[in-house]
Amino acid sequence: MTVVEVLFLLLGLVAAGSALLVVTTRTMVHAALWLVVTLGAVAGIFLLLAAEFVAWVQILIYVGAVVVLLLFALMLTKAPTGPQPDLDARRALPAVAVAGLVLAVLGTTVVAGFHGVELDLDGAVVGSAQTTGATIFQQWVLPFEVLSVLLLAALVGAIVLSRGTGRRGGE
Amino acid sequence: MAELVEVLLRVAVVLLAFLVVPLLVGQVEHKAMAHMQSRVGPMYAGGFHGWAQLVADGVKFVQKEDVVPAAADRTVFKMAPAVALLPYLVAMVAIPIGPGLVGQDLDIGLFFVVAVMGVGVVGTLMGGWSSANKFSLLGGIRVAAQLMAYELPFVLAAASVAMAAGTLSLTGIVEAWNPWWLLWQAPAALVFFVAGLAELQRPPFDIPVADAELVFGPYTEYGGLRFALFILAEYAGIVVLSALTAVLFLGGWHGPWEDQVGWLWTLAKTGLVAFVVVWVRVAYPRLREDQLQRLAWQGLVPLVLFQLAVTAIGVVVMSS
Repeated sequence: MTVVEVLFLLLGLVAAGSALLVVTTRTMVHAALWLVVTLGAVAGIFLLLAAEFVAWVQILIYVGAVVVLLLFALMLTKAPTGPQPDLDARRALPAVAVAGLVLAVLGTTVVAGFHGVELDLDGAVVGSAQTTGATIFQQWVLPFEVLSVLLLAALVGAIVLSRGTGRRGGE
Repeated sequence: MAELVEVLLRVAVVLLAFLVVPLLVGQVEHKAMAHMQSRVGPMYAGGFHGWAQLVADGVKFVQKEDVVPAAADRTVFKMAPAVALLPYLVAMVAIPIGPGLVGQDLDIGLFFVVAVMGVGVVGTLMGGWSSANKFSLLGGIRVAAQLMAYELPFVLAAASVAMAAGTLSLTGIVEAWNPWWLLWQAPAALVFFVAGLAELQRPPFDIPVADAELVFGPYTEYGGLRFALFILAEYAGIVVLSALTAVLFLGGWHGPWEDQVGWLWTLAKTGLVAFVVVWVRVAYPRLREDQLQRLAWQGLVPLVLFQLAVTAIGVVVMSS
């Protein structure tokens, strides 16, 4: 095994272990903090796969914004220090089933798509900002645009929901 | 072997700068604030104008008892200052002060620095939540709300200058810099600086630590060395923000005799921006929470979107 392979394995273990802790910990805020570890380990895996740009996007968006949003929501609503014994997931079994299904689907897709592909680590960086940009805006521009429309729809939906159903007369 | 030695040397120099430069900024803050407010400030420690005051403060902080509140979440409480401080150390590695004078020249240095800077706030949030104190919690909530409002204009302003330069490498951006960018990228520079101040919770954006209502916000329960680490994180943040502003918008090492003393220009511009950071603290009163959110969403975001359009037009016109 090369150094890169060992690192990859370790990061994978860290990611999987901390992900398990996210769903099993009894303290809500700890779950969000373990998520930081998971996301960081995944970013490390991206780095090892020479996808520098995706790795730092992962840190910027997920650790820097999404986790902060999660912590904000937790602190605003319900976040006592110390464990919460009533924090019991009654739907744990269906959740495990769905997670397993997602793993199977994604795993099959990745194996089907990249089976036998070798990454030349000494060669050119495959995940630089330039290649990522060129690939997204030339080869994958249609899915990209569809995704942006989807996000726009979600944004409009959020605004509609937060405005309430009826006309707000006499506030 | 020589390569390894060079890497170690670069890291050592960055570490040294990380330990020294924030203290210099702290000293400037002591002295500049004192003069602007017509008082003398600390004058005795070390003899000449109290230059050793910060060292004395450090010694005092080390001697203090390490207190953790009984109801606190001990592990998170103890880890928080390190999480708040380390990102700035990591960010400094990628900031160039001269051609080749950089800890590690990254292909996407700009992205790296902005991403890493955003992580520091998690440390403050950890401190605010784990203290089990209502003032700390309220301060933490304010920190999070502030970060979410200002992260967007901050990143977009950085994106504008990256578009203008056509690269995400910090060295590349300085090399592509041209004096007329001072005009072309002026709105982006303003937005970047203001949003950066807000991310560091520097006055006038220090409502999370507003002493009149929240004692000291997320840091209320901290004392001794851990408190000192939070303060050091603030000064290191000023250094990183000032250096980034100088490199992105003020042309880094461009200036007269840049071949000989280019790095001095970068340091001088960084120092100037850091001085403005201190100046702003003395000059402006604290923004209320609603004013703060309004400034971000109704002021900075539209301004920086306008700047992005102007930058795009400029790039297309110049390349054709």
